[in-house]
Amino acid sequence: MEKSLLDSEFLDSVLQQNDYDQENIIMILQDITARYNYLPQEALEYIAKRLNLPRSHLYSVATFYKAFSLTPRGKYILNVCTGTACHVRGAEKIKETIVQELDIHEGETTENFLFTFETVRCLGCCALGPVITVNEKSHGGLDRKKTHDLIEQYEKEG
Amino acid sequence: MNRLESQKDLERHREQLKKQRDPQRPLISLCAGSGCGAYGTDEVKDALEREISQNGLKERVEIKVTGCHGFCEKGPIMVIHPEGTFYSQIKVEDVPEIVAETLVNKQLVDRLLYKDPVSKQKVSKESEVPFYSHQHRLIFGNNGLIDPTNIDDYIAMEGYSALAEALFSMSPEEIIDTIKESGLRGRGGGGFPTGIKWASCRKAHGEPRYVMCNADEGDPGAYMDRSLLEGNPHSVLEGMVIGAYAIGSNEGFIYVRNEYPLAVKNIDIAIKQAEDYGLLGEDILDSGFDFKVKISRGGGAFVCGESSALMRSLAGKVGRPRAKYIHTVEKGYRDLPSTLNNVETWANVPLIINKGADYYASIGTEKSKGTKIFSLVGKVKNTGLVEVPMGTSLRTIIYDIGGGILKNKKFKAVQTGGPSGGCVPEGLLDLPVDFEKLTQAGAMMGSGGMIVMDQDNCMVDVARYFLDFLQEESCGQCVPCREGVTRLLQVLTDICAGEGKDGDLELLENVADTLHELSLCALGGTAANPILTTLLYFRDEYLEHIHEKKCRAGVCKGLFYYEIDEEKCNGCHVCFRKCPQEAVYGEKKEPHTIDQEKCIHCTICYESCKFEAIVIK
Repeated sequence: MEKSLLDSEFLDSVLQQNDYDQENIIMILQDITARYNYLPQEALEYIAKRLNLPRSHLYSVATFYKAFSLTPRGKYILNVCTGTACHVRGAEKIKETIVQELDIHEGETTENFLFTFETVRCLGCCALGPVITVNEKSHGGLDRKKTHDLIEQYEKEG
Repeated sequence: MNRLESQKDLERHREQLKKQRDPQRPLISLCAGSGCGAYGTDEVKDALEREISQNGLKERVEIKVTGCHGFCEKGPIMVIHPEGTFYSQIKVEDVPEIVAETLVNKQLVDRLLYKDPVSKQKVSKESEVPFYSHQHRLIFGNNGLIDPTNIDDYIAMEGYSALAEALFSMSPEEIIDTIKESGLRGRGGGGFPTGIKWASCRKAHGEPRYVMCNADEGDPGAYMDRSLLEGNPHSVLEGMVIGAYAIGSNEGFIYVRNEYPLAVKNIDIAIKQAEDYGLLGEDILDSGFDFKVKISRGGGAFVCGESSALMRSLAGKVGRPRAKYIHTVEKGYRDLPSTLNNVETWANVPLIINKGADYYASIGTEKSKGTKIFSLVGKVKNTGLVEVPMGTSLRTIIYDIGGGILKNKKFKAVQTGGPSGGCVPEGLLDLPVDFEKLTQAGAMMGSGGMIVMDQDNCMVDVARYFLDFLQEESCGQCVPCREGVTRLLQVLTDICAGEGKDGDLELLENVADTLHELSLCALGGTAANPILTTLLYFRDEYLEHIHEKKCRAGVCKGLFYYEIDEEKCNGCHVCFRKCPQEAVYGEKKEPHTIDQEKCIHCTICYESCKFEAIVIK
């Protein structure tokens, strides 16, 4: 993120919603992620200063929890559920298909910043397995073909 | 709505609500749980509203969008009251017919009725669907009857009557005694007696005390907590307020996974509504008791389901567990006395207060009381949430409720208890499920995930899967877990890749012992359970992988190949067309063959063959 894009007004509003409380740091980082899709370094520095926290503390939290990324992510985050129910119904094949189609591995983003490929431990809609979510929308009952079609559909939407 | 200022006010409001509701008025209950939602409930609801208003029925029919009904396999689900007509797998195109036939003409739409896969009979009423009729839905049953975003629905179903009873007719000690006598044990995994936990927290030194709801549902394959929070959030809140009053706490938290957006939304609405009604916040029902609740959204770390890790995470820190000799009931959040219970445990509390300890203790087995919600998933026909009395056999759950194994394949094992649990084989299907029996079998109750596996699941791969999961989720602070889990995973990965060697199994058992003895928290302490139970019940599969380089389930790449059984193949050409490698050849109506050089073992042909002609070698 370029300096000019750092929206201090937005960051202040996030801090305010979370009562400027150091204990709410995880939710503060979630709110920033919801806006930028990742945690820009400048935003972390800003938050650290305003909350009077060492930057190392923010870094430890940001790298411990799976919900956070320090590098920019794509427009569509393909989150493959790797819960047990999805695993026994073939989540591995869905992962393979994404790797083949997009030539990125888990945690990586396509060069055009359209897709990021991640996994999640269980989404709690096991009846639909194997499931992936694209941003907030769930897609269930997938196989190789349907995964291919799904990616194609999002590519078209751009 | 005005604030309710006494128990009488609450009862008066309830009576009014009941009077306003005509039990004979048609009511369509539409499931919008996460499962049905993904199948398209929203579109069905829009179509339904449109169709109803076009038919001029708007005043006469009520539509209720509810939480999860449990039968996720058949979503979207619709139940039309008062008859209880049950339609499943509804599409937008079905809506006009439902309105014209069922609502106007009072006729059933035959093609939308549920067909029981066992008896092949069509069933018209929800209560007669075998998936439901074998259940005992004390906690989960109201999900299908209430709109989770409307507190009045909960109040009309006797909601918050237990809270009023507790505040005005019981002392905190009496409540704790009632919970103790009921035999309620924690539903999150450990099965610790809830009443004893509350009593220790009440006695502990230090003020203030905190109560918390653990909604960081992490066991992969378990989603009952999600569905309870989404579908009946007030039952959880009511339980928490009663618990807080009993323990002497005025502040609480709900720690919920951020991956559950609908649960976060519904519990947030529920808190606001309960505050407006004076059922939460300051001076609840003018009793003088204050209790406020905050939502804390988790950051996606499995280990945060552990109590001390959760409390650190609540304080905005990295969620690393602490040694167990310091109890969180004495020194928990902010080093103050804290009681943490799971979502389902809290939801049991109002029921116990309303119906009494004796009633509750009459359900279940000697040491495990009440009902338990299981998420029955994997290779089973009727996937969904199942609530049964403790002590119900695995066979009843999997075959009578679950309808048996998908595609009538052969049952191999059922995995219970998440990554700390184990795999129970066919020989133990008649095991009555309770805390003790599952532990004796080497598995665990856990939070109630039940993942059914069939002949196509490799048990070595399943063990590898869980260790892979745990290696990812280990917080890394203690050596036995960080290094031990990593080594276990390496050995299992080698075995799955056909590089297993003599002594591997002994090594696994050895490291498992160390983990059990020396890990700081339960994540590491139980991490080897998936290996130990599969070694106990499926050792021959491990030996085949190591010595014969063979994976009989056809999962481990390189340890199997496909062949076409010429006697069963009728040359239907489906595999020929579907194979992405063009590795299948043969003329139509003649038996086909697979070119082993070209085959990449992608499983497409195996899954698409309707004649079981493709076999794993």
